[in-house]
Amino acid sequence: MSDDERRADELIELAITQDEVEQAPLQPGVPPPPSMHFASRFGGVSGVIAPLITTLIAFLMGGLVVALTGKNPLKVYHAIWNGTGLNWFFHIGNHSARVPFSTTHMWFPWDTSSVAAQNLQQTLLLTTPIILTGLAVAFAFRCGMFNIGGQGQYFAGTIFAVWLGTSFGGLSPWVHVPLVLVVGALAGAVYAGIAGLLKATVGAHEVISTIMLNWISIWVGSYLFGQGGPLQGSQPSIPISNDIVDGAKLPVIWGLKLLQGLSIGIFIAVAILVVYWLIINRTTLGYEVRAVGFNPEAARYGGISVARNYFLAMAISGAFAGLGGALDITGWEYRIGENDIHANTIGFIGLAAALLGRNTALGVGTASLLFGALINGTSGRQLDPSIFRPDLAGNLTTIIQGLVILFVGLNVGGVWLWLKRRRGA
Amino acid sequence: MTAVAARFGGISWTHPKTVGVAGIALGALAFWLALPPLAARTAALPILLGILAIAAGIWAWSRDERRVGGGAIAAGILGIALGFFATRSSPAHLDEVVVWSALGAATLRYATPLTFAAIGGLYCERSGVINVALEGMLLTGAFFGIWGAIWAHGWAGGWAWVIGLITAALAGMVMATVHAVWAIHLKVDQIISGTAINFLALGITGYLFIDKYGDTGTPGDVPDYGIPDVHIHFLQNWYFVGPILGQLNLMIWVSFALLVGTYIFVFRTPYGLRLRAVGEHPRAADTVGISVYKIRYIAVISSGAIAAMGGAYLSIGFVHSFTENMTAGTGFIGLAALDFGKWRPFPTWGATLLFGFSSALADRLPTAYGNQWGTLFQALPYLLTLIAVAGVIGRSIGPAAAGRPYVKQ
Repeated sequence: MSDDERRADELIELAITQDEVEQAPLQPGVPPPPSMHFASRFGGVSGVIAPLITTLIAFLMGGLVVALTGKNPLKVYHAIWNGTGLNWFFHIGNHSARVPFSTTHMWFPWDTSSVAAQNLQQTLLLTTPIILTGLAVAFAFRCGMFNIGGQGQYFAGTIFAVWLGTSFGGLSPWVHVPLVLVVGALAGAVYAGIAGLLKATVGAHEVISTIMLNWISIWVGSYLFGQGGPLQGSQPSIPISNDIVDGAKLPVIWGLKLLQGLSIGIFIAVAILVVYWLIINRTTLGYEVRAVGFNPEAARYGGISVARNYFLAMAISGAFAGLGGALDITGWEYRIGENDIHANTIGFIGLAAALLGRNTALGVGTASLLFGALINGTSGRQLDPSIFRPDLAGNLTTIIQGLVILFVGLNVGGVWLWLKRRRGA
Repeated sequence: MTAVAARFGGISWTHPKTVGVAGIALGALAFWLALPPLAARTAALPILLGILAIAAGIWAWSRDERRVGGGAIAAGILGIALGFFATRSSPAHLDEVVVWSALGAATLRYATPLTFAAIGGLYCERSGVINVALEGMLLTGAFFGIWGAIWAHGWAGGWAWVIGLITAALAGMVMATVHAVWAIHLKVDQIISGTAINFLALGITGYLFIDKYGDTGTPGDVPDYGIPDVHIHFLQNWYFVGPILGQLNLMIWVSFALLVGTYIFVFRTPYGLRLRAVGEHPRAADTVGISVYKIRYIAVISSGAIAAMGGAYLSIGFVHSFTENMTAGTGFIGLAALDFGKWRPFPTWGATLLFGFSSALADRLPTAYGNQWGTLFQALPYLLTLIAVAGVIGRSIGPAAAGRPYVKQ
């Protein structure tokens, strides 16, 4: 650690131990440092228990909504649970499984071809992009920014993945797949970089600029894949892109490609979780990003370029979300339609996952699995309509997400107040 | 009167601001000349006028009138692009799309929900509470407005829309109360609680809609007891004005009244001064005996009611039905208009009219030019706002204490 870094470290310590509640003198036109809002309060104070309680409250209140409209919440939740495929883990027996990329079979405690197994594949497919859009929110959060634009960055990745995936027919998969993924991530990085650059240079609030970028991406996407758009497929009057070529598809390791089996995308997402942890905790960049997130003034005083870190943090966030979009296209969607653009909310689910996971790698991963399972379990494909209408269940998912975000914030605020009182006593 | 005279008497024709405004006018003229009724067929005219507009803009910019200067540059570029596009398309297509009176009326129809959302946001943000939940409040109003009207029309008949407006406002206030408690007392980050409200509104309205009207959609007889249009008979025969103002929905007139009322309230009454003081410097306001919490609660809850009325206009005054997520970003355009208009009522209204006009144009483009141009046009309000927050046409700076919870000492 250099002298400069040590000095910055001391200043940061000082900034954190000072009473955050004390209002800095208000200067017109200077927005409050983002650290005052959240970043510094997302430490591991209450660890795992607070998110668990939050989730419990959200599910209880969701159940209340179900009960108030005359359905049995226990039955509904049980049906959703069965749809998630997570029950697969509880059926242990004597089975065999094929080793991926080979023809050899070996003994395995779970049945890899049961219905529950197929459901689990779906859940993991949905978890993949949520992890990445979750990390897109979490990384910016660590730098004290609220990246609400994961959705737009995800679309940037999606659009470029479809464009490159439908081109270059004869390319080797060893070149084509990495090309699509890298360009998808870059597209997300550039798109988020716009917001980061505006924040770094003219101080434009990242929430407003990313909201605008989200909507621009939605309409540009509708234009590209819609009726008469440049990326519309070869079938006239159907506003859907062509399928990407086989060489651009990720290998499927579990289940059948035609039935949307699990691709290696989930391993890429888990690897990125590790990369996230490494960047945040083991690199100078991560150190600077966290320093700016804690207190930009102290970081600046310690010789860290705040503007540079704002830009870099947004760009890296965008790269995560863009990769998420590219993984969805290459992993199982293979095409995208105008309607998908309007219906997709993966970026916002990532927001809930990041908040619930407290911006830690492990937390985001776990929360993503929860939301992936919830969305899959309430989808029309999995949920038994005789128990609960899937379109009702989809809205129940949205309500639960809203409650999670509401109570995660409350929880953090509560802890903070409690600490303040204890410190004052 | 003297104030007005002094303002206009002192006009200097070489002042950078005047030149900048002239540049904006030139940019608009560049586009307008290429449209019916004049419909100039040569591209040289819009290009020449556009270049003049850009030159005026650069001149004004270089003399520190960045806001109007940047506006003139943007107007010049847009004027050239749109004017060029117009001269290149067939006159028949132009006549089909550009019917000024119809465009004017459609602009007002599209701008009204934006105005309600933006004015609701104005009260909230002027008091120092950021409101990204306008979208959710609008959607809540849209659903509970039509729900109340359908519920009441059995006994209230043609007046059911009044009940609809009341239920919409109440539902919006409930949503806003959650935001207020979270933001003011629990001191949760205001953007997080606003985002949560958006999710909750989307989920709750979607859930109730499917549960109540899922199989058939909302009833088809809603227009019979929806918010009525106001017919002004003596106006209807006037050239140009008649077709626009002669038959407008009641809520559009209400939005005009709301604008004037908001301007007077916020900038000309002691209560408005307190509101602004709480948003700019809550500590100072507290010191002189203003209750920061009380004012913030009132402001946030009224913002919910106002935004929800805009939603009710959308469902029972404009489209006469409800579908899941029917607002589809309208609330966010309202928020954009508020930023664009720098948290002031009339500039904000100007922004909603501009965005409404682009929606109206987007609506009419497909009839002649095919779907995709209309789709791309929908992105224009967001792009303009992005340019605005980037500081090209003057920095948008909100109330100083916005987003900051107040801790009483």
